[in-house]
Amino acid sequence: MSFADALNEAGAKPAGKRPYFLEPQIERVLAITMAVAQELAVARQRIDTLERLLDAKGVLGKPEIDTFVPDAAASAERAMWNQEYIARILRIVQQENEAAVLPDEAESGEMVEELAVEDSGD
Amino acid sequence: MTAVRKNHPAPGYDGPPDYRVIGRHGVFPQTSHDEVERINYLAQMNRHLAARVVPGVRAAYESRVEPAFEAEHGRKIASRHEARKAMLEDPAFQTWSALRRMTMEQRQQAGRWTVIRQREELNEKVRTLTEGDDRLQLDPTVKVPRYVSAIDHHCMPGSYTREYSPGDVTNGANYDHAGFVTTSGLLGTWSNGGGRAVAAWVSRNLPDFRPLRILELGGTVGHSTLPIAEAFPEAELTVVDLGAPVLRYGLARAKTLGVENVRWVQANAEDLSIYPDASFDWVQTTMFLHELSATAMRNIFAETRRLVKPGGIVMHVEQPQYTADMPWFEQAMRDWDAFYNAEPFWSRMHEMDLDQAMVDAGFEREWLVHGGVFGVVDREIFPDAQEDETEDFGRKAAWHVIGAIVP
Repeated sequence: MSFADALNEAGAKPAGKRPYFLEPQIERVLAITMAVAQELAVARQRIDTLERLLDAKGVLGKPEIDTFVPDAAASAERAMWNQEYIARILRIVQQENEAAVLPDEAESGEMVEELAVEDSGD
Repeated sequence: MTAVRKNHPAPGYDGPPDYRVIGRHGVFPQTSHDEVERINYLAQMNRHLAARVVPGVRAAYESRVEPAFEAEHGRKIASRHEARKAMLEDPAFQTWSALRRMTMEQRQQAGRWTVIRQREELNEKVRTLTEGDDRLQLDPTVKVPRYVSAIDHHCMPGSYTREYSPGDVTNGANYDHAGFVTTSGLLGTWSNGGGRAVAAWVSRNLPDFRPLRILELGGTVGHSTLPIAEAFPEAELTVVDLGAPVLRYGLARAKTLGVENVRWVQANAEDLSIYPDASFDWVQTTMFLHELSATAMRNIFAETRRLVKPGGIVMHVEQPQYTADMPWFEQAMRDWDAFYNAEPFWSRMHEMDLDQAMVDAGFEREWLVHGGVFGVVDREIFPDAQEDETEDFGRKAAWHVIGAIVP
């Protein structure tokens, strides 16, 4: 069995047409969001496991994590990571806001015929 | 088999235990740290939906759904189907339903991934444990009826019967190891809270009953059968099921748990002509009837009447029937699994007059018995369904018993 087959089988749809309770587009986004929420919980628990193991082995104690103060350079790196992370997640909000002030933009599809004709302009 | 681990939640904690307390028999799938945490998360999600979202659905039913229905129709809601259809228009029910469905889909994907990535090893372990063991009686000629072949019960791809290779146990192992998610751990260390409840009910109500041959129909991997086999060690148990993957896995699981008095037989419970009349002292079903059809249930009730010995018992354990005093809201919520979780007979089965169905199958009305049982779990570790006021409609480990004591 290939890795691709395993991925397909694990996520296979059950028999029967799927019920939708919300607008399908909304329900699709919610389903993706809930899967991401699940994986965030899993990652959070893994961090907790690491912290507790490090504590148990005497590598570092939990208070050290809670009282940790990054130096100036680390603070800047961490702050920038947060900014980049949020900008990635909210990309569509940024792009919709950019579009809001460009009411005359054409869709690519609207230019298909225009650009297919020679000497139709520059 | 590794020792069962205990956890000691804080005194104020109310919810499912850590999945790591679950018992690990010899063919239990290996689970990584993150696979365990995925199951923990999904169990908590079900708990959250039941404890913190369902009350809002109920409130919306009372404050919005009922008044809107009455304003539109000039009368009150008059059936569970009207209640469900009216709720389908309400955002509270929509959101709860969407989240409940997604959680079920996520649980299946999580459990299947864990099993599929190691299924060659699992299949080999099971083969080694079961090869040449005459307690496993598979019959590949058994025809799977439509009420099983067309339905992936509780969104479980391939349900109980699909085999992905010869000797496959994928769907048995998936069903076994991640069922914890659906009941939020209410079935205990070995997912056997139902069987333990049944064994305790029989011992308490029929103290002189000494069954030697016990048949469990639709017993899958033996969650409810093994505790009966342990409670009645002098008896020989027989599990009948349509699914080879669950039966293979069931025998291997039982052997590594040291339970040897169970046979595993692939057959359709509607036609058990492989057994003569009056073959069993006790015929049991546990959370099985709702996965049949009306015709199959009639046929199976007739077979139970034929197979039970004089002096024997027939017992069915199910979620509560829809009775006249059960509000439409509760009936509609309980119907959710029938319409949205691939349990289509659930709705009709729960409104049927089971007493009449038993009488129609040849049991005398005065032989019938009724009762209620709660899942029996290790209370040091697991939440107790009897003390749990959360209602997760159709999922709670609180069941009804209907049976017959045949003179």
